[in-house]
Amino acid sequence: MSQGRMVQIEQDILSKNNEYAAANRRFFSEHGILALNLVSSPGSGKTMLLTRTIEDLKGELAVTVIEGDQQTDNDAERIRATGVKALQINTGKGCHLDGHMVGHALQRLKPADGGVLFIENVGNLVCPAAFDLGEAHKVTILSVTEGEDKPIKYPDMFHASDLMILNKTDLLPYLDFDVEKCIDNARRVNPGIRVLQLSARTGEGMAGWCRWIRAARQLALVEHPELAASA
Amino acid sequence: MHEMSLCESILQVLEQSAADRGFARVRTVWLEIGQLSAVEPEAMRFGFEVVTRGSLAEGARLEIVELPGQAWCMQCAKTVRVQQRFHACPDCGGRQLQVTGGEEMRIKELEVD
Ligand SMILES: Nc1nc2c(ncn2[C@@H]2O[C@H](COP(=O)(O)OP(=O)(O)O)[C@@H](O)[C@H]2O)c(=O)[nH]1
Ligand SMILES: [Mg+2]
Ligand SMILES: [Zn+2]
Repeated sequence: MSQGRMVQIEQDILSKNNEYAAANRRFFSEHGILALNLVSSPGSGKTMLLTRTIEDLKGELAVTVIEGDQQTDNDAERIRATGVKALQINTGKGCHLDGHMVGHALQRLKPADGGVLFIENVGNLVCPAAFDLGEAHKVTILSVTEGEDKPIKYPDMFHASDLMILNKTDLLPYLDFDVEKCIDNARRVNPGIRVLQLSARTGEGMAGWCRWIRAARQLALVEHPELAASA
Repeated sequence: MHEMSLCESILQVLEQSAADRGFARVRTVWLEIGQLSAVEPEAMRFGFEVVTRGSLAEGARLEIVELPGQAWCMQCAKTVRVQQRFHACPDCGGRQLQVTGGEEMRIKELEVD
């Protein structure tokens, strides 16, 4: 068989996604919106953390939520019950949200200028690490029922995250989870990662998380002084 | 599966390039995959075959060039090989490493008709 023609490509496999993510990031920056991408294994408490966070912050900040799930609409229902706008994206067999899906969701949701957008990703500690959505920060939620070796089993996710939330600390007395070991493992893959410990159930530690969100939002507003007081 | 979604992204790039560069079929795809990128070459081959069925790349050969994990060790002031992101420097045992290579996930070139 004769040879075909050679074509140089030199393109990142994820280049298409990265273009969509860049467009989302531009949108967030123009509108002074803080976008956070929440990732974890299924059941670590992302939705419960979100509903609780919204209760704590909704009087103070304009909050909008994008919910990623393979099949159901349950999580968006749980969010809407708090009174904030939420859009469900069903990814079907897809195991992560991508920049394109989030771009479409933004057109439909129209999040308020100067507000906070939470994106609950599909429960999965592998694929969402590679797919940029245009967020300011990835936040990994790890619950203390999962084992302290998770950061080493899924190094890419912890490497890509700026914050690790150790959730379900109310259960610590009943487990032999080694908190220090877990934090040490996370720092091995990402020396700069910040760590917060909390219980979305009892509310212990929630105040620190809310302070972190306010601080991150101030950064999103650096170029929008007119939005700083409002929403 | 992670590799499956990566293969869908590869197919997007192939379809886009076919339109831009004027070709109808892809015979071979060369990828550069870093050893720190959490991609399993075998899973990638499987995913590629499944995802490209019925496309312009059906039956195409997938050539994967693996690139080594590399990091700059502050203490040794040199580049060292690393197998995993969280491994220590193989020479001095230090943990102050800055990954400089091995995270690649790149489509390098194609053989097309
Ligand atoms: N004990 C305890 N349970 C929690 C906590 N946060 C969430 N859960 C429970 O964990 C389960 C999964 O929570 P969910 O928010 O749906 O997790 P998601 O899949 O990450 O969104 C639910 O049964 C929650 O009630 C916590 O801080 N402590
Ligand atoms: Mg959920
Ligand atoms: Zn060294």
